Amino acid sequence: MIRRRQPGDNTPTPLRTRRVARKALSYALLSVAALIVLFPFLWMFSSSLKTVAEIFQYPPLLLPQSPQWSNYPAVMQSFPFPKFILNSLISSALPAIGQMVTCSLAAYVFAWKRFPGREVAFVLILATLMLPYQTTLIPTYVLMRYLGWLDTLRPLIVPGFLGGAFGTFLLRQFFLTIPRDLIDAAKMDGCSDFGIYRHVLLPLSRAALTTVGIFIFMLHWNDLLRPVIYLTSYQKMTLTVGLAFLKGQHRTEWSLLMAGAVISMVPMLILYLAAQRYFEEGMLLSGIKG
Amino acid sequence: MKVSGQDSKTTEKGIETHAERSVLVPPKDSGVSTATRLRKRYRGLSQWLDVFPYLLPTILGFVVFNIGPIIATFVLGLTKWDLLSPPQWVGLGNYQEMFFSKALFWRVMRNTIEYTLLYVPLSVILPLLLAVVMNQKLRGIGIFRTAFFLPAVISTVAVGIVWLWLYHEEFGVFNYALRSVGLDKIPWLNSPRWAMPALVLMSVWKVLGYNMVIYLAGLQNIPQDYHDAAKIDGAVAWQRFVHITLPLVSASTFFVLMISLINSFQVFEQTYILTQGGPAYSTLTLSFYIYKEGFQFMHMGYAAALATVMFIILMIFTFFHLRLQHRWVHYEM
Repeated sequence: MIRRRQPGDNTPTPLRTRRVARKALSYALLSVAALIVLFPFLWMFSSSLKTVAEIFQYPPLLLPQSPQWSNYPAVMQSFPFPKFILNSLISSALPAIGQMVTCSLAAYVFAWKRFPGREVAFVLILATLMLPYQTTLIPTYVLMRYLGWLDTLRPLIVPGFLGGAFGTFLLRQFFLTIPRDLIDAAKMDGCSDFGIYRHVLLPLSRAALTTVGIFIFMLHWNDLLRPVIYLTSYQKMTLTVGLAFLKGQHRTEWSLLMAGAVISMVPMLILYLAAQRYFEEGMLLSGIKG
Repeated sequence: MKVSGQDSKTTEKGIETHAERSVLVPPKDSGVSTATRLRKRYRGLSQWLDVFPYLLPTILGFVVFNIGPIIATFVLGLTKWDLLSPPQWVGLGNYQEMFFSKALFWRVMRNTIEYTLLYVPLSVILPLLLAVVMNQKLRGIGIFRTAFFLPAVISTVAVGIVWLWLYHEEFGVFNYALRSVGLDKIPWLNSPRWAMPALVLMSVWKVLGYNMVIYLAGLQNIPQDYHDAAKIDGAVAWQRFVHITLPLVSASTFFVLMISLINSFQVFEQTYILTQGGPAYSTLTLSFYIYKEGFQFMHMGYAAALATVMFIILMIFTFFHLRLQHRWVHYEM
């Protein structure tokens, strides 16, 4: 192998050795960093399996001696986790679907139809992304109260069906990449506006739609603020509020709390591992905190 | 007289560029039907009619959940309202109270600035360094990516509960680590001095992988040629970092800086789970203050005034940030 001579190369360490050393160092650094980042999750899981005595041991025990799997059914008995999960599911899946529908409809006309003020309208929609949520929170709450929707899941679901800046932006950018020829060909075959949407754009947009859907789903699943202000009764609570409530009730039963936290992590964890790149893509394009 | 002209306005790639007729109306007894004539005259209106059903949900959403509430917030900020009795008009009374009588507001602003000053540099610099290390063709790099990105995906409540436990004064792992190297344990979430750094630390941990992914995308756009050329000229790794990587990744840095700033103002979940704004108001930032005033004390008018202040501050920030972009963001060498 030809070794490239570097200027200023006084101590001739073979290039291959230096490359290997750099790779090894990188792996080491990354492994340490990954362990640090993942440590809270590992600790969460390990603590969830400890007995009360083991939890309050000092120095802290890394692994429980006899895993208390019974902590899981115990926490599920004390708190209606299935109900929480169901509520979270409803209040996440429905808006996700709503966004996929309404944003794609709007994105279609922003991309492929002309009308006066189109660019201005689009910029206005985008501008709402910069709005801090606090500026719209209070009047929205007042509206929901006026509608009698307090303590229901409706305030969490309905806004999802009224368009959204993120989805509209992402889908419009995607729709713009669809070749004009396809649309023209459809038009020549007598396709209506809606027909173009339904038969040309939608089938080609699976990936983009999935990205929007997953991202909105995740946003709603992890949302704490809106469930906290809108949901007061137990049965209506989503996983996030429920867990916060759990923390209030079982302040010092740490292994139970950890078990609860693990349970609430699992659905999103599975979804994430199954569809990681959709998560990344969605969050990358949004700049909205995860 | 009919005139057909070429209207070739190409606004963006892919947008249709039809040849369109100009809007001169043909004489009445030409071969053009009234409907067509009207449609040509009111072309804009007819375009809107075509498009309206598709935009209706979005327009509704925009008015009901964006424009309407913003204006309502400004107006509500001029009232006192607890939702039970009718709202009372107080003009600038809320703002007077905010700036002059309640010292708490200034404490809140100080806290918010403190949080921002701690959070933003860490969440902008650390992920960049991590991304630089990650930007190599290592095998299994995907596993690391998954690992680093994971905290961003899990709900803050779930991770907040673990961090509560990690920060525990007696049995938490952090204090165990401190004590085992001979340092004193820190009362973390119970100490007005340490609660804020504790909050910041968790927030930075959570956003690390997310910002890293943004930087990675930017780093991968830097052509390897620049680095190779610099190497041939004898540049050392850190020299290449400062003179090549940093300038060319400035667009990503700009983006990360902006969203970190905005997010630092909106921090809520961590505060809710870890400290509820305490101890002794030491972690009460503006966004949590708005929540507390509006939804714990039901001071809707005052909370709306606070939200107005936040809006103005963020708008000013964003404006300057976008302006200064020209100064230090390089898009190409």
